Amino acid sequence: MTTSSAPSAPPPKIEIDDAQPSRLRLSGRWTLEFATQIGDRLCELPRSATVVDATGVERLDSMGVLQLIRFARRNGLDFDGFVFREDHRALVAAIEDVPDDRPKRRREFGFNAALARLGVAVTHDWKEFLALIAFFGETLVKLLRMIKEPGRFRPIATVHHMEQVGLDAVPLVALLSYLVGAVIAFLGSTILKDFGAQIYVVELVNIAFLREFGVLMTAILIAGRTASAFTAQIGAMVSREEVDAIRTLGMDPIDLLVIPRVLALVIMLPLLTFVAMIAGLLGGLTVGAYGLDIPPQQYIARMEDTMELRHFLVGLSKAPVFALVISLIGCLEGLRVEGTAQSVGERTTSSVVQAISLVIIIDAFAAIWFMQMGV
Amino acid sequence: MATPPIPTPKPQEPIIRVRGLVNRFGEQVVHEGLDLDVMPGEIIGVVGGSGSGKSVLMRSIIGLRTPDEGEIEVLGIDARSEDAVVRRQIESNTGVLFQDGALFSSLTVGENVQVPLKEYHGEIPDSLRYELALLKIKLAGLPADALDKLPSQLSGGMRKRAGLARALALDPPLLFLDEPTAGLDPIGAAAFDRLIRTLQQALGLTVFLITHDLDTLYAICDRIAVIADRKVVVCAPMAEVEKFDHPWVQEYFHGPRARAAREAREASQDT
Repeated sequence: MTTSSAPSAPPPKIEIDDAQPSRLRLSGRWTLEFATQIGDRLCELPRSATVVDATGVERLDSMGVLQLIRFARRNGLDFDGFVFREDHRALVAAIEDVPDDRPKRRREFGFNAALARLGVAVTHDWKEFLALIAFFGETLVKLLRMIKEPGRFRPIATVHHMEQVGLDAVPLVALLSYLVGAVIAFLGSTILKDFGAQIYVVELVNIAFLREFGVLMTAILIAGRTASAFTAQIGAMVSREEVDAIRTLGMDPIDLLVIPRVLALVIMLPLLTFVAMIAGLLGGLTVGAYGLDIPPQQYIARMEDTMELRHFLVGLSKAPVFALVISLIGCLEGLRVEGTAQSVGERTTSSVVQAISLVIIIDAFAAIWFMQMGV
Repeated sequence: MATPPIPTPKPQEPIIRVRGLVNRFGEQVVHEGLDLDVMPGEIIGVVGGSGSGKSVLMRSIIGLRTPDEGEIEVLGIDARSEDAVVRRQIESNTGVLFQDGALFSSLTVGENVQVPLKEYHGEIPDSLRYELALLKIKLAGLPADALDKLPSQLSGGMRKRAGLARALALDPPLLFLDEPTAGLDPIGAAAFDRLIRTLQQALGLTVFLITHDLDTLYAICDRIAVIADRKVVVCAPMAEVEKFDHPWVQEYFHGPRARAAREAREASQDT
């Protein structure tokens, strides 16, 4: 027996019997590792072969058998006539028995099919929107019910979420708002410098932060941090059937899971917004002191002169609305998770994207509204 | 990327050799001086009480867990080696079926089965690889239209069969099954046992089978290894194990469920 580079792995070979030219003798290893060589050998064969003697094959696996079956089918040979070694027959029988039916291709192409898919996507998105509104309604109803039946309220769960959502986020919100405040001060000063009007940086940072950036930055940060957390927490519970267990025990998942989270965020987001506003103003103060030669006392004095309560109220009033939107989307997406790991990931992404988008859209509408109201 | 072929095992040498295995989780010692030999071509059933370390043993042998002490040899190779080439050799010659199939949830069944084929034999043309995957899926007892289904669209029994098809994708000589009949109805469990036996005979597999299922132990296992007291206390054919004098073994194999399983086996042998 001839050997190849690996001494104990003889490659597949086909020899044509000199006495009977239609008879092929196979030898060597007809296995997965030699799949391409097997393919080459079988293609090189003359068409006159009719009988295959595979008793000389040293090792045979399902790939080898599969390729021989394909070879037989291609050349119109009778596979039952192939001769195999005794200890290979069980394998051949097991594979032979497998019928050759292939599944049809599913996806259709063409304009009509694309239009149909578009229609399905639009209906699907519309239903998602309706689901959000329905969920909002359900939560509101159950909140009102909780006021009537105070026994349903879960103080420990609510306070736990207040800590996770609010207290634990303070360092992050403070730091990032401080930096954004500094950036806005720098930004303003580059333009105002040309007019020698650097002192107006104070008003810029004030109004920007109190009216818009304080609440918007916080809401976007919390949307990323908390919407994903809610979706992942509740989604993991759904996939482990914990939510079903809550229902079968006669408790309401909305009371237990959703309302504590919603209340916690509605209480904590305005507080976080306040922290963000202070941090942003401090950022402006720092830039004023070190970059614009505005001494802190002067900065604060001017702040006191020009700051108006209405800016603060405009900003703060948006906070509970954002909190409601973020927490409802986070919880709803969590409850809609299906059983797989991929589903949790998809829903988490979707909840963050929806929360951030809605926050910015609502903020834009609010800005226009307040402007028209002259506030 | 080709891996060097493993040496053909000689019939009398064990295909898995475990000596002096020690596994600890903090203060809890799960295995202490565990020895085990698995012979080529046999179906060995591994049993033990809950928490006795059956899965830990399997994970130590496959290489998913580094044992604290001991030697493990798989297919004549040192399984504790960290060398990438050695690990690839072992991994390409072992098939593992995890308890719920462990299919990749974002791929269809067909794509799942093709993953090991693409990884180790990327040179195979697409159509041939597709046909081989289809073959494995049907050998595992699934209908052809399961090829395009996602794992979330399959029932538990079908997921296990799909996992089995993937474990067998490369025709490995060694197959590990972690509680394959758990959660299956009796008809499905019996069918799965038959499937394992048929494939083992056809493909010449060695099967390391962790199970609680007495019917599986009586029906298809050549030898049974009992893990108790942090060691393998007995590893022998069923007739010997039944008589072994150890309190846990006696309670396990002579309780009412065991008697029912034994009678069912004897009845099916008489017919």
